[in-house]
Amino acid sequence: MSTASYGAEAKPRVGFFTDTTVCIGCKACEVACKEWNLIPSGGLEWTGESYDNTSQLDANTWRHVAFIEQPKPLRVDADGADPPDGQPEPLRWLMESDVCKHCTHAGCLDACPTGALFRTEFGTVVVQEDVCNGCGYCVPACPFGVIDRRDLPRSPQDAPLALPLLGTKEDGRVWKCTLCYDRLKGGHEPACAKACPTDSIQFGELDELRERAQKRLAKLEGEGWNGARLYGDDPGDGVGGFGAFFLLLDEPEVYGLPPDPVVPTRHLARLWRTTALAAAGLLAGVALAFAGGAE
Amino acid sequence: MPGLGTSFGRGGATTNQQDLANSDCIVIMGSNMAENHPVGFQWVMEARERGAEVIHVDPRFTRTSAVATRHVGIRAGSDIVFLGGIVNYILTNEKWFDDYVRRYTNAPVIVHEEFVDAEDNGGLFSGWDSDRRKYDVTTWQYAGVEVHGAAGQREQGFKGSHVKGHAAHGAHGGGMSSGNPPERDETLQHPRCIFQILKRHYARYTAEVVAETCGCSVAEFEAVAETLCRNSGRDRTSAFAYAVGWTQHTVGVQYIRTASIVQLLLGNIGRPGGGIMALRGHASIQGSTDIPTLYDILPGYLEMPHTERYDGLDDYIDRSSAERGWWGNAGSYMVSLLKAWWGSAATPDNDFAFGYLPRIDDDHSVYWTVEQMLAGTVKGYIIAGENPAVGSANGKAQRLALAKLDWLVVRDLVEIESASFWSDGPEIESGELRTEEIATEVFFLPAASHVEKEGSFTNTQRLLQWHFKAVEPKEDCRSELWFYYHLGRKIRERLAGSTDPRDRPILDLTWEYPTSGVLQEPSAEAVLAEINGSDSDGKPLGSYKELKPDGSTSCGCWIYCGVYTDGVNQAARRKPRWEQAPVAPEWGWAWPANRRLIYNRASADPNGKPWSERKRYVWWDGRKKKWIGDDVPDFDEQKPPDYTPDGDAKGPDAISGSHPFIMQADGLGWIYVPQGLEDGPLPTHYEPHESPFRNRLYEQQSNPARQTTDLAEDPYSPPGSPVYPYVVTTYRLTEHHTAGGMTRFLDYLAELQPAMFVEVHPGLARERDLRHGDWATIVSPRAAIEARVLVTERMRPLHVDGRTVHQVGLPYHWGTRGRTTGDAANDLAHMALDSNVHIQEVKALTCDIRPGRRPRGAALPKFVRDLRERAGAR
Repeated sequence: MSTASYGAEAKPRVGFFTDTTVCIGCKACEVACKEWNLIPSGGLEWTGESYDNTSQLDANTWRHVAFIEQPKPLRVDADGADPPDGQPEPLRWLMESDVCKHCTHAGCLDACPTGALFRTEFGTVVVQEDVCNGCGYCVPACPFGVIDRRDLPRSPQDAPLALPLLGTKEDGRVWKCTLCYDRLKGGHEPACAKACPTDSIQFGELDELRERAQKRLAKLEGEGWNGARLYGDDPGDGVGGFGAFFLLLDEPEVYGLPPDPVVPTRHLARLWRTTALAAAGLLAGVALAFAGGAE
Repeated sequence: MPGLGTSFGRGGATTNQQDLANSDCIVIMGSNMAENHPVGFQWVMEARERGAEVIHVDPRFTRTSAVATRHVGIRAGSDIVFLGGIVNYILTNEKWFDDYVRRYTNAPVIVHEEFVDAEDNGGLFSGWDSDRRKYDVTTWQYAGVEVHGAAGQREQGFKGSHVKGHAAHGAHGGGMSSGNPPERDETLQHPRCIFQILKRHYARYTAEVVAETCGCSVAEFEAVAETLCRNSGRDRTSAFAYAVGWTQHTVGVQYIRTASIVQLLLGNIGRPGGGIMALRGHASIQGSTDIPTLYDILPGYLEMPHTERYDGLDDYIDRSSAERGWWGNAGSYMVSLLKAWWGSAATPDNDFAFGYLPRIDDDHSVYWTVEQMLAGTVKGYIIAGENPAVGSANGKAQRLALAKLDWLVVRDLVEIESASFWSDGPEIESGELRTEEIATEVFFLPAASHVEKEGSFTNTQRLLQWHFKAVEPKEDCRSELWFYYHLGRKIRERLAGSTDPRDRPILDLTWEYPTSGVLQEPSAEAVLAEINGSDSDGKPLGSYKELKPDGSTSCGCWIYCGVYTDGVNQAARRKPRWEQAPVAPEWGWAWPANRRLIYNRASADPNGKPWSERKRYVWWDGRKKKWIGDDVPDFDEQKPPDYTPDGDAKGPDAISGSHPFIMQADGLGWIYVPQGLEDGPLPTHYEPHESPFRNRLYEQQSNPARQTTDLAEDPYSPPGSPVYPYVVTTYRLTEHHTAGGMTRFLDYLAELQPAMFVEVHPGLARERDLRHGDWATIVSPRAAIEARVLVTERMRPLHVDGRTVHQVGLPYHWGTRGRTTGDAANDLAHMALDSNVHIQEVKALTCDIRPGRRPRGAALPKFVRDLRERAGAR
């Protein structure tokens, strides 16, 4: 990732540190995001997945709060002892506001053939909705399943091609969190961070957020928080570190996050090398065959 | 409101949400603060980050429990046992804050010799009249205090709350009838002193009884009591936060009273990080009692005149003002109110138009009114900002009542169920009502939202905050202010020239407000200025201390006097907190007198010194001869700590320099309430009106003074009925607001909780064959509703009286209209009420739950009736 091409206009890289230990699951982030970015409703399906009825990040959900009920204690004593007699069975309810990770090495950006996806001067990854042609190459390139094509309900205005008015039609484009690029341009923090009442979503310069997260983790570990860990703060990981990283209380899979995300394009060099080798082998075989035939 | 009012003197939260960050321990009980007050909850989280304990005691494991340091599950309706257990724990283990209790509370006061405690009388206090189902409070009084016999008798002769003066609605306690100093025993040993009565009263609330009644373990209870005591005292403070999880019971006021006793014993009132945070459920619910939408009080908690009381203004003032304490100035407040309303028409010669005030002659509370609608005596109804067809207890009775009206006006943002009951209500589907037979003429008037008008909110902590208009209201939508101003203007135009004396009160009203714009919107700031008050030159007043009883000042609500100081809208101040003192006195404006933490004289010891350096807040500066500190002192600024009133002193001068509760006649925090409550001077556990259990503490099953109806539409389940074996409790979700009018109709909120659901434990699901994601039918003696099943470990089963009891959780946001629709949980609820405040008991009732959807059409009422008959419910 580089914002070098912006020259003097490049800004320090910004992002989110989402601290799930203070999240109260109010979903203000989801609503503020939709309000600011004018995102269509995601539908009225009751899922029965605890209090989560949006289920995942997709074209119409750029912030998603996961709810996980677990038979585990929120904190454990330093010696890992079981709760004392007379205390109820352990129970905790984890809540986590998920968002696009704005990867250092962004698969979506690498895969985009039109230049609709670009790296902003803030180091974030944004889709230009007026450039995207809906090819969808970016969709499988995201190791988190974040970027997504938008389907729209059919309406009578779609006639005659929409007849009969069944199913959905494609908006034709892909959508995801822009880290409120327009707000950043105006010197404001993103809508979700602004709306978060408990500062679970913290916005700022990434370097500073990473330092803050390390201190926070050390404090929580000292207090015996069960399973506290950072996720996506390591620049050495498969996507070169997240622009939006997290403090979790369990394995990433528990939250529906990949444990070891890798940007697909990281394998490109190796893939091409293998391909080249195979091609060379093939050519050599062909050449040998011809050579043999000449006898 | 009366729970806090009778204990401390004012019916508002004693603290503010920001100050919770200074707590060492926060007990959240009767509230799901994280879900319903998410913005204010940031200060709870801040306290936790600073190392405070956050304890959530609640029937359910909620989003609040999820971030608390401890959750204790208890049976809905058993809170007084849990809190009474804490009182007993404090007294048994000698954990009370001795100096505070002896000097600042009525613990040493000796009570009337004929007083009999519930302890010795099967759960009833002395003075119970079983025919009238009311208490005569004579024997509850302090020894040596003469009761106004005639007044007492007369005032208790009416249905509803009619004890002496202001204490009637308990908004501010005080109101002792005599200036005689009470008898005290400073050693706290006298058998009739309040401290000893308290000890005996709560002796049976042992940890074992708590465990067996509430369903938690002894260890869980003791951990809470121990943590609370450990974090209270000179150096540390603990706070309580509650909401309607406490108030919505037939003994709800006494829940709050029990917490008040705990906080007085531990010395946590009037101190930073302490207090009782009453969390109100709407943006301006506190405001709607300060400038009331209630029938029995006037602005600033002045008493509403009664047809059979008060010969005139002097009589009203004489009887409704306490001789001692701040209510001694009630005359100034009342005359200034009359001047604000009737201006030059209010003169000393006509009692300042006191005769113009409407009179009440009975209970006129909302459930009483619904009964009258059903009886056909109330024929017209205006509903504004309410949705009783969904939000009030016994939805069917509500809707049947609406169907009996001649006319109905509904003002709301959208066409809510209370406006559409005649076309799509559940009774239309079941055939109990037929559209063509409903004669009610319904007028729906679209309302402007808060961004389409300016005005003030008075929030949960008495803080007035101004909001500005962002956009013009669309189409026919209008603000409340527009509606009532122009309604009044048109009525006055119709009456112009009338010589009928009964029209004078309307024609003489001060009704001139500047209007602006195409819509002729009245100026909200002009209304605020009138509420603030002015002197005879029209100069805005700065404090209620400037109010006079001679007609030279006007003031629309004395406790709000000062909100327009110097002609500046103080409620509109928005200085960021980092540019001002820690309590942020320049953000908005709080009543009274911009005090953020009230009774703060108690943050200093009797000599005026902070109890500790860590908890210093307001103290006596001996050099400057005044009280100073972080906040506006809630005390006469110049009154030294050693001030002792002489026997003849009246009003505020009668309060000692070391008595912090200046609204009380004796300046003390009331552990024991001799008058002001309908159902007892000390909180006592009674089972909810409907309960699967017998009261294990007393013979008396339920609150004897609770109000019940005789309506056929409101039958009750007998105690312990096997037909309705489960406890059901109702609540809100973050994603929706109360009866749903503001949220169910919005895509972005509806999609977050898109269906009515019921929360049950896996054990109950097995017991009743309920499947996660399928439907269930929940039935009470009043109604049956259906909901999607959410099976969750968060609905922990409890062990009560040797058996397992399951609780059923129901959010109450749904109705027949909006983007998401569903059955209304409140249809299940009954109309039994707390006698002090006429509030319904929707937090603890009984039900049965069965798999599958409910019957349709005429089969539905039959299903409900068959079960009811089997249970013998009447």
